[in-house]
Amino acid sequence: MSFSLAAAGPSLAWYLTRSTGTVALLLLTVSLLLGILDVRRFATPRWPRFVVDELHRNVALLSIVFLALHIITAVLDSFTSISILDAFIPFIGSYRPFWLGLGAVSFDLLLAVSITSGLRRRIGYTAWRATHWASYACWPIALLHGFGTGSDVKATWLLGLSIICVLAVLAATLWRAFTSPAQRVRERTLAIGLVAAFSLFLVLWLPGGPLGHGWARRAGTPTSLLKHAASSSTNGSPGQ
Amino acid sequence: MADRIRVNPITCEAHGMCAELLPEMITLDDWGYPIVDGRPVPRELVEHARRAVKSCPKFALLIEDKRD
Repeated sequence: MSFSLAAAGPSLAWYLTRSTGTVALLLLTVSLLLGILDVRRFATPRWPRFVVDELHRNVALLSIVFLALHIITAVLDSFTSISILDAFIPFIGSYRPFWLGLGAVSFDLLLAVSITSGLRRRIGYTAWRATHWASYACWPIALLHGFGTGSDVKATWLLGLSIICVLAVLAATLWRAFTSPAQRVRERTLAIGLVAAFSLFLVLWLPGGPLGHGWARRAGTPTSLLKHAASSSTNGSPGQ
Repeated sequence: MADRIRVNPITCEAHGMCAELLPEMITLDDWGYPIVDGRPVPRELVEHARRAVKSCPKFALLIEDKRD
């Protein structure tokens, strides 16, 4: 089955991988924000509790649909050799194994959170609640996967969109931490510490990392693909 | 045969979504805890009652089938 528009140019599958990845980041962000509103029992006459609650669930489910497309198109794209196993088992592939692996870790966490939510009545409230905290690992790992192996990282619109997502999630997390009951000091300190550490990491890492020179090589792109990308003059080749 | 709605007062944490989804039968007290009007669930409200039960984050809302 071939998705190629032209033999030499980027394939349709590759365009779809990039676009569905971007949409998935947006949906995961919205779902996380809605989840924080939900747990803080946000409600207005126009946005009652059940609307926030069901929207949170439906947006999360929609993100899984987009991630399924993201994975299928990445596997179908003939330029990279990504297998379907790489999407579930992290760090085993040959194409940017670490950064692709982060995507697999994040997807596994999302599946764990979603499946336990579906089985909530069977596994009980406490087990569901414990698993649901993994959402706070899922989101930043997905973001790092996007920064580490996204082909459009240097594009202004995507960088802007990513920064907006980061700021929104960090602000919402801090808001949740500061509105927690006064006696939960440890939870609050941990949240503030993690937000600070993650922000600091992004500020220090991005300029010399994905936004710096020669990231494709440093990220672990196979040498054969780097040569291929250098020889073709297409603007949006994966090796940029 | 009459399905009735019951609240488990131990697990209920006053989320209040049941009263949003089934205002015909559930109101909230001053602290946000549900007050169920003990009547059997009328046929036209069965779907809404089920949705209210499903929405409870603490699984504290139940539909009991009382056949006695």
